[in-house]
Amino acid sequence: MSETKLLSEHYDKDEFIGLAGYKKHGGYEVLAKALKMQPQQIIDEVKASGLRGRGGAGFSTGTKWSFLPKNNEPRYLLCNADEGEPGTFKDRLMMERAPHQLIEGMIISSFAIGSKKSYIYVRGEYHYPIAVLEKAIREAYDAGLLGKNILGSGFDHDMDVYSGAGAYICGEETGMISSLEGLKGQPKLKPPFPAVQGYLRKPTIVNNVETLAAVVPIIKDGAAAYRKFGTEKSAGTKFFSLSGNVNKPGNYEVPLAYPMKDMIYKLGGGIRNGKKLKAVIPGGSSAPVLTAEEAEKVLLDYESIAAAGSMLGSGAIIVLDDSQCMVDCLANLTHFYHHESCGQCTPCREGTGWVDKIVHSILSGRGRLQDIDLLLKVADNMKGRTICALSDAAALPVISFVTKFRDEFEYYVREGRSKVKGTVLYAEMHH
Amino acid sequence: MFQLSPEGLGQVKKELARYETKESAIIPSLYVAQKENKGWINEDVIRHLSQVMEIPESRINEVFKFYTMFNQKPVGRHHVQICSTLSCHINGAPELTAHICKELKVGMDQVTEDGRFTVSRAECLGSCGTAPMMQVNDKYYENLTPESAMNILRGLK
Repeated sequence: MSETKLLSEHYDKDEFIGLAGYKKHGGYEVLAKALKMQPQQIIDEVKASGLRGRGGAGFSTGTKWSFLPKNNEPRYLLCNADEGEPGTFKDRLMMERAPHQLIEGMIISSFAIGSKKSYIYVRGEYHYPIAVLEKAIREAYDAGLLGKNILGSGFDHDMDVYSGAGAYICGEETGMISSLEGLKGQPKLKPPFPAVQGYLRKPTIVNNVETLAAVVPIIKDGAAAYRKFGTEKSAGTKFFSLSGNVNKPGNYEVPLAYPMKDMIYKLGGGIRNGKKLKAVIPGGSSAPVLTAEEAEKVLLDYESIAAAGSMLGSGAIIVLDDSQCMVDCLANLTHFYHHESCGQCTPCREGTGWVDKIVHSILSGRGRLQDIDLLLKVADNMKGRTICALSDAAALPVISFVTKFRDEFEYYVREGRSKVKGTVLYAEMHH
Repeated sequence: MFQLSPEGLGQVKKELARYETKESAIIPSLYVAQKENKGWINEDVIRHLSQVMEIPESRINEVFKFYTMFNQKPVGRHHVQICSTLSCHINGAPELTAHICKELKVGMDQVTEDGRFTVSRAECLGSCGTAPMMQVNDKYYENLTPESAMNILRGLK
């Protein structure tokens, strides 16, 4: 099976980046159509399409929008382009290759929810995508697609880009709001949910880049057409960022419920250097790891991956071949979460530090057998006890790696070296 | 004492007027100041920004300390940040880092004697399909080998 390029049909064409080229391929025709619809009709269509948040949580987009208060209070749309989940690089592609698709999706969504101002919050490292977006926004203003009375509809909308400054936690929607407010990017307690009280305590919708872009084909051809792809509960197409030990890493747009096996062996060209598949992280580094056997059976939709004990998340598939040491890979992830914990909640701040220390003590040959159960115990205490999901996200890889590959951890403790590769090059890398 | 250039001051003033609240201008203004202070930020910079922006030093300081893209100590003219998270890690980032540090004769987060380079570890930079990779100042370099990375760095004065 090949890709289904509902969004990415023209991503290979350089002209699609600019306004003229985007329009040549039907760009902004859907906006013209949407502006003639009733806002509620658009919300209903998006709800009927089954579109779910593509950033990681997978919550129904139309339902999220309907949580907004039904009054004339000013409200904001924030596009989450903080893309920091390890393994994820699809939003970057979308911003670099199709900035106007995102902008069109955002104007339509803003019209639907009655927002006069939107921001695209982009991670600070994405200098090039930011430059592409800023240029596209200027083009849109010059063409009357942003600003006052868009396309003569009477609808006004302003859009701007905001650059983050290097903090994974700002991908969490309330952390992002804090950051945009000029604060440390620390998440806030929910409720109140952002739809009720978000940016500057005004009703705010935060949606991922891919989610907002998907609104364009949904309004173009209708919910029923979108539902032709995927399953009842996981409708439409989705980008998967494939990386790790595969021959052809990259972003692939496929219908949901596409087989993982085909993703790795067909689109991904199989495992590199003639090695064998060992494990797969299916939805960004926070998703529990799957063994090769589990991965080869699973379909890429929200329900199937959940049934296999993991998460579809952001759609970032990290493939590990049989030369990878699971202790080493876990140490890499525990370092990440320790570095990125915002420090606000004790179970996360302390827990990420402790698991990182314990895994690294095993990695350096100083581990004790009881450390393995200690890891599970600390990780268990990090779950469900904090303001946001980072702590759980840090605990899940620990639990899944240790449970599914326990023999490698025990071997490392007993022998003081990796069962798979002997010496691990880690000294300066990890600290 | 640090002072923004007239252009830098103009940029900060523009950022102050750009968002719904002036606090949103803290991150963009820290970027402007960092660029004008050879790539890092110290107390002088915070004090000056506080005066210019009419925002308390403590407010600017907490933002400065929270985000990793603001450097708390001097860096070389070319800040080499090697992505070290999982997809890069299993595709040669450790070897790449070791090679670059050896060739440049510099430890992590230190400045080379000629002031040209600082090498740092970065967390996932969203370039996992083109691993391993490095970011040098604002630019991404992808699909690297230790040799190709050094060729790029040698070309940077």
